[in-house]
Amino acid sequence: MKSRFDLSPPVRWLRAAAVVVAGLLALTACSTANPLTSATPSAGSSSAPATLVVGSQQYYSNEIIAELYAQALEAKGFKITRQFQIGQREVYLPELIAGKVDVFPEYSGNLLQYLDKAATAKSGAEVMAALPDALPDGLRILGAAEATDQDSYNVTKEFAAKHGLVSIEDLAKVGGAIKVGANSEFAKRPYGPIGLKGVYGLDVSVISIDDSGGPLTVKALKDGKIQLADIYSADPSIATNEFVTLTDPKNLILPQNVVPVVSAKVDTTAAAIIDKVSAELSTAELVGLNAISVKDQSSSAVIAKAWLTAKGLL
Amino acid sequence: MNLFAQAIAWLTDPANQGGPDGIWTRSLEHVWYTVIAVVLACLVAIPLGYLVGHTGRGRGLVVVSSGAARALPSLGVVTVAGLILGIGLTAPMIALILLAIPSILAGAYAGLEAIDRQTIDAARAVGMSEWQILTRVEMPLGLPLLLGGVRSAVLQVVATATLAAYVGSGGLGRPMFLGLKTQDYAQMLAASLVVVVLALVLEGAFELIERLAQRRFAPVPSTST
Amino acid sequence: MTWILANLDLIAARTLAHLALSLPAIVLAFVLSLPLGWFAARYTWSRLGVLTAFGLLYAVPSLPLFIVLPTIIGVGVRDAANVVAALTLYGMALMVRATTDALVSVDPAIRLSATAMGYSGLSRFVTVELPLAGPVLLAGLRVVSVSTISLVTVSGLLGVNNLGLLFTDGFQRGILAEVLAGIGAVVLLALAVDGLLVLIGRAAMPWARAVRAR
Repeated sequence: MKSRFDLSPPVRWLRAAAVVVAGLLALTACSTANPLTSATPSAGSSSAPATLVVGSQQYYSNEIIAELYAQALEAKGFKITRQFQIGQREVYLPELIAGKVDVFPEYSGNLLQYLDKAATAKSGAEVMAALPDALPDGLRILGAAEATDQDSYNVTKEFAAKHGLVSIEDLAKVGGAIKVGANSEFAKRPYGPIGLKGVYGLDVSVISIDDSGGPLTVKALKDGKIQLADIYSADPSIATNEFVTLTDPKNLILPQNVVPVVSAKVDTTAAAIIDKVSAELSTAELVGLNAISVKDQSSSAVIAKAWLTAKGLL
Repeated sequence: MNLFAQAIAWLTDPANQGGPDGIWTRSLEHVWYTVIAVVLACLVAIPLGYLVGHTGRGRGLVVVSSGAARALPSLGVVTVAGLILGIGLTAPMIALILLAIPSILAGAYAGLEAIDRQTIDAARAVGMSEWQILTRVEMPLGLPLLLGGVRSAVLQVVATATLAAYVGSGGLGRPMFLGLKTQDYAQMLAASLVVVVLALVLEGAFELIERLAQRRFAPVPSTST
Repeated sequence: MTWILANLDLIAARTLAHLALSLPAIVLAFVLSLPLGWFAARYTWSRLGVLTAFGLLYAVPSLPLFIVLPTIIGVGVRDAANVVAALTLYGMALMVRATTDALVSVDPAIRLSATAMGYSGLSRFVTVELPLAGPVLLAGLRVVSVSTISLVTVSGLLGVNNLGLLFTDGFQRGILAEVLAGIGAVVLLALAVDGLLVLIGRAAMPWARAVRAR
């Protein structure tokens, strides 16, 4: 049969079948136990404290921050539904905009760049000033924490000593092809190879390792399979492995302050509670929280409870 | 669909075709990963399948363990192997080989089992040794079912080889993950379409091989797996 | 090991969510494959086309399907409906072929004698052909159930609640036990559902045991 080697029939089949399946799903949706679609909160009465949905990225450190917000709010009588590990920005931001999530820990620079591709802000203050206008209607930011967790370029101590590396600029001294280990999306990010070339005149090749600068990236750097690794600055592995984070004198990487994005359902009382958490959250504190998660392997709930108790926020 | 048109446009853009990141290089890598994984899986699964099919021993064990192996989530296997072995091709290869083995194994022993016992008894009666029975009677007669098993293994591996990019290797998973994570869904879909086309080509090749095999060794007890 | 013991309730919750996504997909794939398989078995001219089209579905990488499907059927990426729809398609990729094979394997003489006894159309299909095709159908369904339960994990990359989240979280935090626990739970769940299917098959088709014991 000739159509065996023709692409369109399977595609058409796929679509036809998908429509059939979707129709049947619509019929059966009521009967199947479904933990996901029931997440949308109903517009409740205004007298009792509202139920707030706290979300987090698919990133353990972000989940810990979300858990901090959640427990602090619960301690003051708010009812909280947790929607943690919601993928990356392209998955969770539409849910925030749709009103399915009310509180979400974000990172200022990346959020701005996602919302406004033409953003020109460079400093932390500029980013914070630009964010309110960039956010869609119905969403607002609360005060940012001092803590930052941003992409950073790291090399091993030996490699830094051998080539005398302090800043990203110094990489020009290395010569030859530099391999950078990072998530896939890094290849297209403004601070990725494009920025390294444009701002610092460096040529690099990207090895994609999709663990967000996690253990696989760290191992590749230690094994010398890559020379440069994109690791989040609050990742405790930088200190553990004595990696050298290269400074960024030309501000290639936007500052990423931890900043809560909230919906209109978050009133002034709730906002004040979240602000108190942000006020206590410095970069050192965040690295400490992450370290407990990676080393003691405690759950985010346990880590958050201990920290909030120590800070007198419960 | 608009997205499909964009994906086709992405594929036909010369900027996306050449070079080390181009779709041709990535496709070749992808086929290469598939071939290595299936060949290595065959080296393990076919002798084992013949042993089980010929002797009739250990069938229960093989059925249960290959059932469990089918349940192994490739994403989890890649993650574990990656955490232990680091970046490179070894971790995804382990996952792909584990993925391919059950189908090939089932094809190998089912092919032998499906043969009429009288045929084998007749071969034994005319004085064939066990080795001759295996190589001259059972292997040719079992070939169609074995090929069916290899065919489904190839199809599964082609679709799953995209996971190699998850732990730092190449293949069509690279443009796919890149498209996914940068919301360039046209690119993601384009890479997926190439995977489907590769599968189509391989399916076509297997259809031909199976027909040749059937013609050569007809009659066969069953037409498909 | 300590991680597993300290997080048993998390594993249990993820397992339940996993099951809630898998079971509807397995059932839907089975039910939707019946008419398609019947069609391909009945009309020989359509068989190669139908089987090839659905077989190729299996070659579509799952992650892109989870993203592209919502744009076609108009649901959210993380909605259960999306995941179930995608998994149903993969299930059908295997099940349509199995259903066709099962129906083709029914002895034509039996079909003719059923017709001679006055059975026709749907009633012959339901009361004669389907039961006779049962054992082969069950074999296909078992493969579908195992592969579906394994495949659900990929949607974890998009943040859908299931055992796949143990892989992504364990990957980032470098907790091998968490990833291994996820794999173990998936395999156990698949084997449990498989066992259940075998029991259901025995209850529904007591005559088949004699065949399998051969």
